[in-house]
Amino acid sequence: MEQPNMKYINALSNGDLGFKNKIINIIKLELPDEILLYNKNIADKNYKKAAENVHKLKHKISILGLEKSCVLATEFENNLKDGNPQLEHRFNTILQTLAEYLKTL
Amino acid sequence: MNCIIIDDETTARVVINQLCSNIAMLNVVEEFPNAIKAIKYLNQNNAVDLIFLDIHMPEFTGFDFIQTLKNPPKIILTTSDTNFAIEAFEYDCIVDYLVKPITQARFEKAIQKIKNTPITKQQTESTTDKTETTSEKELYINIDRRLIKIDIASIYLIEAKGDYINVKTEHKNYTVHSTLKKIEEKLPETLFLKVHRSYIINIKKIIDIEDNSVLIKKDVVPVSRSNRPELMKRLNLL
Repeated sequence: MEQPNMKYINALSNGDLGFKNKIINIIKLELPDEILLYNKNIADKNYKKAAENVHKLKHKISILGLEKSCVLATEFENNLKDGNPQLEHRFNTILQTLAEYLKTL
Repeated sequence: MNCIIIDDETTARVVINQLCSNIAMLNVVEEFPNAIKAIKYLNQNNAVDLIFLDIHMPEFTGFDFIQTLKNPPKIILTTSDTNFAIEAFEYDCIVDYLVKPITQARFEKAIQKIKNTPITKQQTESTTDKTETTSEKELYINIDRRLIKIDIASIYLIEAKGDYINVKTEHKNYTVHSTLKKIEEKLPETLFLKVHRSYIINIKKIIDIEDNSVLIKKDVVPVSRSNRPELMKRLNLL
């Protein structure tokens, strides 16, 4: 499975350590709440809301270099809009990988 | 070039701000987490040359926002969706469509397009929605298998929310599984007007009107350019 990385953030920061810390801290701050909300909507079978949550999470997934996971997230988002949560397990694995990686930063 | 950023996601706003900071000609003057706040700002500040606009925002999309602008500045869409590209280019003010995550190289290309694009103000035809009038004074709505009577005159705002509409009255708000089109047909056209694809207002309840929004009670409601002429026509203007 692909691993999260700092390639995009490093390129964007262009040596600006202030920006790099800022963006990492924002992601660290926002991600747990976004995951909680997503889990709640999935548990409630509120798939339209869950699709919105996945949409938001997708940007963070892409920023942290998970390109293939981002494609899966898009598919999952579209499925959820149609009321289909089939890719839930695979998407949850991505979230877990992301959360673990953020702990190392 | 003065820019504003509209995106409901903090991470995205920070990224776009950083991308702008690497280009000397761009000056980010303000950031907004939603389009309504941006509308209020633009009503008081004309000096915005460029808007970085997210499409996918809850309740009020980027396209809804563009509809409210009378003379839109240049707009660059920033989105994680690739599905809206065709719709995007129906608007003359949209210069480019950036898919997140946005790289510096792609961003610079978009700014280059801005430099090469002359300012064009959008022309749209004025359209008036057809409505059926009713002489009824009450409206019955179905909530949890109960038919609840509402005094039509007490309704001040109806808002579309996905498959539901939110009917706001002087006393209470009701969420009903219906569409704006259906309720519009039940309301007297002397009193109600669709000012935006997601909003019908009671024109008697207007407190004030700014360029592209109206204040009704505590709600700021956007007014589409195409609906504005009809609104102005219906007011008793001095």
